[in-house]
Amino acid sequence: MLNRYPLWKNLLLLMIVALGLFYAAPNLYAPDPALQISGQSSATLIDERTLKRATDALTEGGVEFFGAEVGERAASGLIRLRQRDDQLRAQRMLKRALGDGYVVALNLAETTPAWLSDYGAQPMKYGLDLSGGVHFKLEVDIDSAVERRMETFFVGSRKLLREEGLRGILKQDDTGAMHGVFKAEQLRDDAIAAIRKTYPELVVQRTAEEWGLKATLSEAARKEIGSYALTQNLTTLRNRVNELGVSEPLVQPQGNNRIVVELPGIQDTAEAKRILGKTANLEFRLVATSDASASSREQFKFRSASRAGASEWLEREIVITGERVSNAQSSFDQNGRPNVNISLDGEGGALMHRATRNNIKRRMGVLFIERKNRTRYEINEQGEEIIIKTPYDEKSVITAPTIQSALGAQFQITGLDSVQEASELALLLRAGALAAPMDFVEERTVGPSLGAENVAQGLMSVQVGLSLVVLFMVLYYRVFGIAAIVALSANLVLLIACMSILGATLTLPGIAGIVLTVGMAVDANVLIFSRIREELVNGLSPQMAIHSGFERAVVTILDANITTLLVAVILYAVGTGPVKGFAVTLSIGIVTSMLTAIMGTRALVNLVYGGRTLNSIQIGGSRK
Amino acid sequence: MKTLDFMGKRRIAAVFSLVLITVALGSLFIKQVNWGLDFTGGTLVEVHYSDVAQLSEIRGTLDEGGFAGAVVVSFGSDRDVMIRLPQGYSDKDGNRLLALLQSTYPGEVELRRIEFVGPQVGDELREQGGLAMLMALGLVMIYVAFRFQLKFALGAVTALVHDVVITLGFFSILGIEFDLTVLAALLAVIGYSLNDTIVVSDRIRENFRKIRKGDAAHTINVSLTETLGRTLVTSLTTLLVLTALLIFGGEMIHGFALALTVGVVVGTYSSIYVAANVLMLLNISKEDLMVPVKEASSEDGGVV
Repeated sequence: MLNRYPLWKNLLLLMIVALGLFYAAPNLYAPDPALQISGQSSATLIDERTLKRATDALTEGGVEFFGAEVGERAASGLIRLRQRDDQLRAQRMLKRALGDGYVVALNLAETTPAWLSDYGAQPMKYGLDLSGGVHFKLEVDIDSAVERRMETFFVGSRKLLREEGLRGILKQDDTGAMHGVFKAEQLRDDAIAAIRKTYPELVVQRTAEEWGLKATLSEAARKEIGSYALTQNLTTLRNRVNELGVSEPLVQPQGNNRIVVELPGIQDTAEAKRILGKTANLEFRLVATSDASASSREQFKFRSASRAGASEWLEREIVITGERVSNAQSSFDQNGRPNVNISLDGEGGALMHRATRNNIKRRMGVLFIERKNRTRYEINEQGEEIIIKTPYDEKSVITAPTIQSALGAQFQITGLDSVQEASELALLLRAGALAAPMDFVEERTVGPSLGAENVAQGLMSVQVGLSLVVLFMVLYYRVFGIAAIVALSANLVLLIACMSILGATLTLPGIAGIVLTVGMAVDANVLIFSRIREELVNGLSPQMAIHSGFERAVVTILDANITTLLVAVILYAVGTGPVKGFAVTLSIGIVTSMLTAIMGTRALVNLVYGGRTLNSIQIGGSRK
Repeated sequence: MKTLDFMGKRRIAAVFSLVLITVALGSLFIKQVNWGLDFTGGTLVEVHYSDVAQLSEIRGTLDEGGFAGAVVVSFGSDRDVMIRLPQGYSDKDGNRLLALLQSTYPGEVELRRIEFVGPQVGDELREQGGLAMLMALGLVMIYVAFRFQLKFALGAVTALVHDVVITLGFFSILGIEFDLTVLAALLAVIGYSLNDTIVVSDRIRENFRKIRKGDAAHTINVSLTETLGRTLVTSLTTLLVLTALLIFGGEMIHGFALALTVGVVVGTYSSIYVAANVLMLLNISKEDLMVPVKEASSEDGGVV
């Protein structure tokens, strides 16, 4: 029969909308303001006792809270507050009550009921422009990483030529390229062969000069250094961000040489930048001999839990710091035992050589340095409580192997017990330093009040915009208008459900995208309705007109929407930040609107008019 | 419905469009665009004062504090102040400026936002934006040429360029700041205007195949008349929500909403007049749109 959907089709649509409602529902539950407690080191457990101390402090300070809970594996704890205004005050109280071993971060705790979250339904995350916080973009200086590596090759090559007895002059220019001049052709060719063999990363060529050579870094090696520097800096930044104790930080690469760091809820950007930008937290020092004077040595504890309590006396003099470490990788020696390969830059290699050549069979200690804060509370002259933070360095020994021979820019730490130990050691050595320096190239801070205001304004615009469209559609298209509005609402629900499922972040331009989708989604319906009207004017019966109106409009709708989708995809591919958020919303909106506007409206119109004998229907203006 | 004679006025429309484009291009050339922080690089600090902010006092404080070249304007309300520093200040100066304001003002100075964009990022964004625009236009042209016909593709792209140039010109003439969100809006205008143009083109194609009598102008007139209702209703609903965004969306979204509003109005006009006008100019005819005849039939000696 004309204009009747089979039962299964109606049920399918109903099911899709029901699923949409289910996955969009978590967004209705406003999150609770909360405080998240975690230990400064991963060994600190947050148990009921810790929580008790925290909640006692809040009760004493008169802050209303509820639902204190211990997180997974007791790694963190969460306390929900009644009032958002209390958050900052409560954070200060907890920091004070718990002391320096703990990190207390502002958080918004989800309130999704279990019957939703058990099936993976989660609310959308707010972007920084809505939640408040800091966005940093850092640029990794890859050129300088390349230069550092070339320096290592230069020092190594010079040594190599000397050892092989290939006399000549080797120099390095500003770009890091090496130039060599030799007395004889044979010498030059031997030198080229030797350098090529030892450093496959280099491209070594003859030059027009009388017995000259030029060595530059190969494109592949340059790329590798670039991607290594990026991953390495990313790892280091992640570790440092964890020190800040932000509840949901984001650290991700962008392009070939950029890193984006987003810290929701952070206000103190100066502190954040200090921690993100710090360098050099490794020190190599010789283990002190037993006859060393007390003033020339220092005692440090071992870092690893397996050697807890053990300590080592190290010389005060620092051989090199972590800045000089350009790489550390775990691998195996020729006997298949795990070891760690360390590369230093040119200067580091020279310093290391000088310190070790006369100290073979002594041991070299590696110190890991973490910067921590000691907090004190004092009352100033005005009677206000002020917080005084004194930073201090916590230093611990991560390893102290015996020096087997004079070390240069590249050496190994052997005699490790397990692969795991080797990879942990490599990680610590790398975490100590950045593979390449970084600059802040972009920074955006959004205060909490602006974020809240953006949310309110965004919501308001959606509500007003939607109401205006509803009003117009119902007044203009009557019954058909109501069908379109129902479909539009379903579209909104599906759009929000899709964004929630995909874990998309909601931003202000994203909200604008939703608003725009509302405006444009009705377009498909308008197209269909005008088509039906035309068919009526052409003299078709109402049922026939509805049928062919839908059929013929679909082609147009597809064409129009696919082209718009093309634009949205380009927006996503090329755009950054806010533009991307807008593109995501727009693309999802286009897809869901096609489903609801074509199939959804059809189902509703079929339910109302299908299978009946109609003399006339009203659609946009006069009754036909 | 009576067929409206759109194409009869096509010369007037063409002159109108040309004048608009000339003015827009002229302004873009002479006044250029008031590029926002995203594109120029620099530092921006927005603060909220607990009382009405005295802009001249703030300027004085900043001058003494060594922030030469700082532009101080009120933003939204008389308590909200936006301060822009030109390029050359470092990423630490935003915080320094905030601290200075907070220490010299007796009341509360609340941080709303700080933005710092380095010079390299700004240049890149501008390049990327231009690239996005060109890519969007190129892809659209290919899709339309493939799905419709080359003349339609030229018409559609001309309409899009027309809309983008005029919207850009609007921003240039009024000196409204052009930031990333406005760029997004401009790309959305491309999407929207394209939607409109495709719907009209679709009808023109259909009618060229269907209507046997009358010339091309007549066929286009019929098509435009038939789609006029839809074009106006859709533009109206979109403008309704854009009005909501303009009024309630707040300062940060204002440029976005404004660009889209202008774009939708221009886009509606261009889908009626510009795309169809180009088709007329290119002498569109029935033959361009006939379904291609299968090779086999001509080999059989069949005449079509």
